[in-house]
Order: sequence, then structure tokens, then C-alpha cells
Amino acid sequence: MKTMSRTAGNGLLVLLALAFLSPIYLMLVNSFKNRAELYRNALALPSSFSFQYYDKAMEKMSFFTAFGNSLYVTIVSVVIVVVLASMTAWMLVRTDDKLSRIIFLVFVSTMLIPFQTLMMPLMQVMDWIRTNLHIPMLNTREGLIYMNVGFHASMAVFLYHGFIKSVPVALEEAATLDGCSKFGVFWRIVFPMLKTITITVAILDVIAMWNDYLLPSLTLSDKGLRTIPLSTFYFFGEFTIQWNLAMAGLTLTIIPVVIFYIFAQKYIIKGIAAGAVK
Amino acid sequence: MSTRKRKEKAWYALFTLPLVLIFTTVVIVPFLIGIGYSFVEWDGIPANPKVFVGFDNYAELLKDERFLASAWHTIEFTVLALVLVNLFGLIFSLIVTTKLRVRNAARTMFFLPNLIGGLILGYIWQFIFTDVFKYVGEKTGLQSIFFNWLIDPQFALYAMVVVFTWQMAGYTMIIYIAGIQGIPDELNEAAKVDGANLWHRLTRIVFPLLMPSFTICLFLTLSGAFKIFDVNLSLTKGGPNNATEMFAMNIYNEIFGYGHYGLGQAKAIVFFVIVAAVTLTQVVITKKREVQF
Repeated sequence: MKTMSRTAGNGLLVLLALAFLSPIYLMLVNSFKNRAELYRNALALPSSFSFQYYDKAMEKMSFFTAFGNSLYVTIVSVVIVVVLASMTAWMLVRTDDKLSRIIFLVFVSTMLIPFQTLMMPLMQVMDWIRTNLHIPMLNTREGLIYMNVGFHASMAVFLYHGFIKSVPVALEEAATLDGCSKFGVFWRIVFPMLKTITITVAILDVIAMWNDYLLPSLTLSDKGLRTIPLSTFYFFGEFTIQWNLAMAGLTLTIIPVVIFYIFAQKYIIKGIAAGAVK
Repeated sequence: MSTRKRKEKAWYALFTLPLVLIFTTVVIVPFLIGIGYSFVEWDGIPANPKVFVGFDNYAELLKDERFLASAWHTIEFTVLALVLVNLFGLIFSLIVTTKLRVRNAARTMFFLPNLIGGLILGYIWQFIFTDVFKYVGEKTGLQSIFFNWLIDPQFALYAMVVVFTWQMAGYTMIIYIAGIQGIPDELNEAAKVDGANLWHRLTRIVFPLLMPSFTICLFLTLSGAFKIFDVNLSLTKGGPNNATEMFAMNIYNEIFGYGHYGLGQAKAIVFFVIVAAVTLTQVVITKKREVQF
């Protein structure tokens, strides 16, 4: 009796999970159907698997260019956030004076500011830098990276700050006595101990930056610079009525995310839990 | 100043200045000049003058019916989303912390939508609400439920709640799981021995001890729902007839759509004050109700 109810429980849970993911199923099956077939039955499996809509979507979205842009912007931004935020947080924790406390407080309190409050003046500041200092902040991937780092700085500093407070100083002091510079102490001794929180920061930032639409849409205008969310937006605006093509395009954008999820699942779930609990 | 002290200062600057500088130019300066922009009238064209108008923009936004309507939509959306996201997240977390063999696979599947960006989720669901719903309605005759939700003002808002719930339930599930796993087994076992049924164990032991998780989840869903933009853009574009235009989208349209930079920025400042006030109040209230064990 008990095994029977256990089996039933397992079966029900599988059904529930599958039903939950039914939108993914609908997206997949309809990416293979032609127009007539799609309107005949939107729920059924496709009668044949032809990848013609994938080919077309890939071309119309400039998929590989967009993928490359997203990858470049996300990876470089995350590396810079991790390097700079960990260094800053470590200094702020280890130099416990008024200045450090003020800097930390400013970082944390700005976490409440919504992006929409900053977007317009931010564009003015970046435009000012471009015109007066001749640094190309707008319509370049590097400018976007710079702004990504700025926006994700406070959260990262906050997470590192909380973690570093629980790291004992003894090792650092010993290394300093042995003549190690601050730089050496941090990179050789402290940073390796921050592995868990580094993974959390990296995972949270990768997800946020990879999926971000609004900031790239405001800063990038060249077609060749578009990230995946941007090219999806323009592609969708053009092909809404051709659902099969649209679904093929959406499936393409989800594939990298699913691959990332399969390989980093353990870290993602742990990172999300750790990042939220703060 | 001694050389040692000067050296320490130099290291401090070397470690903190780069990030502080980037952060200042990207967040602090825009925030401060943003307050300034809310007091001028300007169409965003650099050659055109910025005219100081005092509090006129703030007075105007209070009379802006479309803005007030978007505020109301946002509140309605947020309340519904808050309830559904946490209800589903909690139910999922309770199911996947049982001893069922498929629990880990189920957890993986419940969390998946959260990794996909809001823009793409909105597009997938746009197809479902327009075409799949229509198809199902025609086939089953349940046309009062299965019709194109996106052309009905009220149901378009519900559609946004559905998509947001689909995206966020897995996220809160992860946080609730962490909370549930932190509850000592002995507590539940002792209650079982004393004859407490499942409902009593949930309401008397599990839920009170989950208060810290509730705080976090409510905070995250509240701020997420309040600031929603991507799903709004891809699912409904604010339509039909602006019936689902949320706060963030109204601000975006005012600034970049109509070129009312001053008025739009005043709205953005009001938006900030509300977000800050609501989230802080919520944290204070829920923190008070947490219990220790």
C-alpha cells in the first residue's frame, strides 16, 4: 500500500512538472510546423522535423553575432565585477574607519534605486563623457560593460562584504609579516577563500546581464552590436505573425541558457539561495 | 604622515577607487542630476534649452490620468503576483522536500523558467494567449476561459500575472526549500508523536519557522513585480488601450516615447520614493514577526 501511494506520488509530481513546462513544449513543437499545420492543431507533435525555420531565424536574428556579443559583454562584465568588488569589499572590511563605513552605506542604500530612475540621466552623463572626454561610452560593447559593472557593483560589494567579515584575519597578518604586499595577500591568500561567494556573485550577474534588455537597448544602436535580447526584440517585431519562425527563434535563444543550466545547475541553485538570503 | 601610513592609504585607494569611480559615474551622478532634471522642462534635444519650472512636473504628474492608471495597474498586478508567486513557490517547495524519488528532477524543472529572460518569456506566452488559447477554446467549447486574453483589458493584466508567476515561482521555491531544510527534524517528529496532523504541523511549526524565508520572498517578489518592464513590453506592450501599462513602462514612454524628459524624470523620482518606501516598510513589518528557535 505504501509503495503504491509512493509510486502514485512520483507519477503525479512528474505530471505536474511536465504540465508546468508545457509552454516550452508548445514553443518547441510549433517551431517545426508549417503555417497550415500550426493552425490545424497547435498542441500536437509536428508531422515532420524540418529545420527550415531555424535556418531562417538564425539568419534573420544574426544569431551567432548576437550570441558572440552577449557572451563577450557578459563574461567581461562579470570578471570585472568580481575582481573590483572583491578587492573593494576586502579593503572596506579590513580598514574599519569612518570612510569605509560611509562608502559601504552608499553602496547598499543605492540598491533600492530602480533602473528607470537612472536611465535617462545616465544617458546624459555618458553622452557628456563622449562629447567632452572623447571616450566612446555609447554604442560600444565596452561602454555597456562599463555600465554593467556600475549597476552590479553594489550587490557584489554587499555580498562580498558580508562574506569577508567571517573570514579570519590571522592568515593575512602572517603573510604581511612575511613581507607579502597587500596585492599579494589579497590575490594569493584572501581571494581563494572567497570561492563560494564568488560563484554566487558570478551566477547572479551572468543571469541578470545575459537577459538584460533595457540597458543594452538604450546604449547600443548598431545592428552588429546587438545582444540576444535585443536581436530577439527586433526579430519579433518583424515576424510576430509568423509564429513558427518566431518560435524557432525563441528556441534558439533558450538553448544556451538550458546548456548553462545543465552544466552549472548545482551552483546556480546554491548561488540563488545564498544570494537571496544575504 | 608617516611613510607607512601613506603607503596604507595608497593601497586603500588602489583597491577601492576603480570601482568607486565607475559606480559614481553610473549610479550616483545620474541619481543626483536626475533629481535636477525633474525640475526642468526639456524635450531631450541637446540644442534645446532646459527651462526651470520648479515643482510643475510633480503637480502635472498628479493630474496625469494615464500615470495614475498605470499606478493602479501596478498595484493590482503586484498584489495578485505577490500572492500567486509565493503560494506556488511554497507548494512546490513543500512537494520537493518530501522523500519522493523524482523530487530533484521536479525541482530542476520548476526552476527553469527563472533563467529565461522576461522578454523571451513574454513572447512565448504571447503565442500561447493569442493562438493556443483560441485553438483550445474552439476545440473544447470552453470559450469563456480560453480566448485571446491579451485583447481584454482585465484578462491581459491576469496574463501578466500568469507569466510573472511562471517565472518567479521557482525562484521563491529555492528560498523556501532552504528555509524548510533549516527546520530541525526533531520538531516535526516530536509533533508527529504527539499526534499532530499534517495541517497542524504546517501551520504551527513549519510556517512560523519559515518567517525569515517569507520576508526574503515577499521582498523579492514585491520589488520585482513593482519594477516589471520586460514582460510588460513583450507580452502586451501596455495594451490593449494602455490597460496594462505599468509604472516602469509609463516612465519609459513619457521620456523616450513622448520626449517629455522633465515630466518623465519627475515620475521616475516618484517611482523611486514609492519603491524605497514600500520595500523598507515590508521588511520592517515582516522582521518583527519572525520567531527564533
